[in-house]
Amino acid sequence: MTTSTTTSSRWRALTRHHLFWPVAVLVLLLLVNVPFTPDFFSVRMADGHLYGSLVSIVLFGSPLILVAVGMTLVIATGGIDLSVGAVVAITGALACSYISDQHDQGALSGVLLAMGLGLVAAVVCGLWNGFLVARMGIQPIIATLIIMVAGRGVAQLITDGQIITINSEPYKLIGGGYWLTLPFSIFVVAAVVAVTVALTRRTALGLLVEAVGGNAEASRLVGIRSRRIKIMVYMFCALCAGIAGLMISSNTSAADGNNAGLWIELDAILAVVIGGTSLLGGRFSIGGTVVGALVIQTLTTTIYTIGVPTQTNLVFKAAVVIVVCLLQSPKFRAKVFGAKFAARFAAKGGAKPAAPAADPAAATEAAPKMEVS
Amino acid sequence: MSATTQSPTASDSRTATPPSRAARLLGDRRLPVAVTALLFLLMYGGGLARYQYYGFGEPQVFLNLFIDNGYLLVAAVGVTFVILSGGIDLSVGSMIGFTTMFTAWLVERQGLPLLVVVPMALAVGAFGGFLMGYVIHNFEIQPFIVTLAGLFLFRGLCLVISKESISIGDSTVSSLAQAQASLGAGFLSIGAIVSLVVLAVAFYVLHYTRFGRRVYAIGGNENSAMLMGLPQGGTKIAVYTVSGFCSALAGLLFTLYIQSGDPLHATGMELDAIAAVVIGGTLLTGGSGYVLGTLFGVLVLGLIKSIIQFEGTLSSWWTKIATGVLLCAFILVQRFMTTRKKT
Repeated sequence: MTTSTTTSSRWRALTRHHLFWPVAVLVLLLLVNVPFTPDFFSVRMADGHLYGSLVSIVLFGSPLILVAVGMTLVIATGGIDLSVGAVVAITGALACSYISDQHDQGALSGVLLAMGLGLVAAVVCGLWNGFLVARMGIQPIIATLIIMVAGRGVAQLITDGQIITINSEPYKLIGGGYWLTLPFSIFVVAAVVAVTVALTRRTALGLLVEAVGGNAEASRLVGIRSRRIKIMVYMFCALCAGIAGLMISSNTSAADGNNAGLWIELDAILAVVIGGTSLLGGRFSIGGTVVGALVIQTLTTTIYTIGVPTQTNLVFKAAVVIVVCLLQSPKFRAKVFGAKFAARFAAKGGAKPAAPAADPAAATEAAPKMEVS
Repeated sequence: MSATTQSPTASDSRTATPPSRAARLLGDRRLPVAVTALLFLLMYGGGLARYQYYGFGEPQVFLNLFIDNGYLLVAAVGVTFVILSGGIDLSVGSMIGFTTMFTAWLVERQGLPLLVVVPMALAVGAFGGFLMGYVIHNFEIQPFIVTLAGLFLFRGLCLVISKESISIGDSTVSSLAQAQASLGAGFLSIGAIVSLVVLAVAFYVLHYTRFGRRVYAIGGNENSAMLMGLPQGGTKIAVYTVSGFCSALAGLLFTLYIQSGDPLHATGMELDAIAAVVIGGTLLTGGSGYVLGTLFGVLVLGLIKSIIQFEGTLSSWWTKIATGVLLCAFILVQRFMTTRKKT
């Protein structure tokens, strides 16, 4: 009797953990691969590098993880950043066009300068977004739409509409190189994630970000510099997108203003949502986002390895979005699993952050819309 | 009771201190539309001055704006409904792409007559919109995410139909595409006429019907609309259905315009449509705006493209940059006007 209750309560505690469902989906997706590629989980050593499906999932998923981590903080403040794809393109275009102008493309100083240039441009884009959102009070989706539309034009302007190819060994390292037997990009991602987690969970910064996302006006009255935090968050998101842009252009040794990072903003938002961060803002989970990005990358890889025609990739993605969102919707859970189940979820502080946010958010969101005529 | 006695006094006090003319002008909700129309005229005048000897003044150049952007106008009209209701629809471009693919596939590969295909395509579009609206309303999921899923789904379905483009050689389609309605000085294509009809219908529905008022009401304040007893659920679902229908119609016009189906047609066109609506002065928070503004928004975007064509030396990416800059300018103008209204 007692053992059964403790195991069931332990089980319930486990399923209630915010990472449970994302991780479960990830594990399920990974297991789906085993019947099709029996050596899916094997990692082998060749030429001093580690090879294997798991390694390549992390390798190809790293730009998405970076963008999604930045996006998580933006979404946590109640915003959204549609411009990350364009920022990826701009950064890659700037860095590559700078390197291609050098006499010695392999020179480390030139490469570092090119990277610096690209990242500064990215941060400036973020500053612009943050300025529009925080200072001008423009809806984030629209404020970032401007760079989303114009940014690709700027990237094409930088590359003169061409695809710039470069041949630079040091630059190649960021996206396609290996270090200590592992892809170098894994280290970059690990460093960014570690710094982000440290800054948001070891200091009060994360709390402040969540406070701004919960209610920007209230947090400002409490004394939090909510505008400054918002601007910082957009700059951080753009910086992450910039690093991802360097990675993508380095991996292909080319800058393509038109196609680099195409649709990455949507994948990133999807990763954030799968990771359990509510789009309404107010709370976030970096770990969840990383898992979410891995889920998307695994889904893509799985579709390739199973031999499903690649073009159905998008249909699968749509199905995953819909299922995840429906599961996060308290109303859907109430309708399908019965009101009792949903109430239990809500009463116990539910695994899904969307649950408590639904009603109060509707009320707070309605307030600024009121017309004062 | 008290409300009925108070309201006349409130209006009395308002008439007692009439606001200055400038304040009244700035407070007028028609101002954004007027600004966009003015901008369009200025750009057109600029084009006339610069390219007068290259035939910019020909009436046909003006009519071509409608011919070349008719599909965008139809899509943007659908998006206007959604944005007025306080939502957003990201699935528009995919839906247009899907409709071109669907139509081309049925007409070319299955040999169905166009007369059968058109209602099918429209029904699929409207049903897609209905489904999204249903999920948004019933499960309280954000429109952004649901329509994003729609974007993925329809683009994926395009590719499921075929990876390669299907060109349409059907005689009905080509004769429809080449049909011209003479207008004395120039001509309009069928697509342009359909788009103007859609605009007129949307204008009537939004401003002269109960449904239109409900759209504005739930966009202005959903909670108040609900407390007033408006059927906000039905309205919301209807709005997305309208948008899906308009997207499918835009897809048909696009098919007619380009006479082929391609899985990558109209990629990102949802953003053009949203940009047109914003430039047209509709507030993205919902509840305020005019569908005529959307017409001017589309015309301004179209004019940018024509001017870049006439300029000849400018490359296509300048279109994107110019659109972005204009979008930015309009958002800021809107922003200043709404803040002034509050104070």
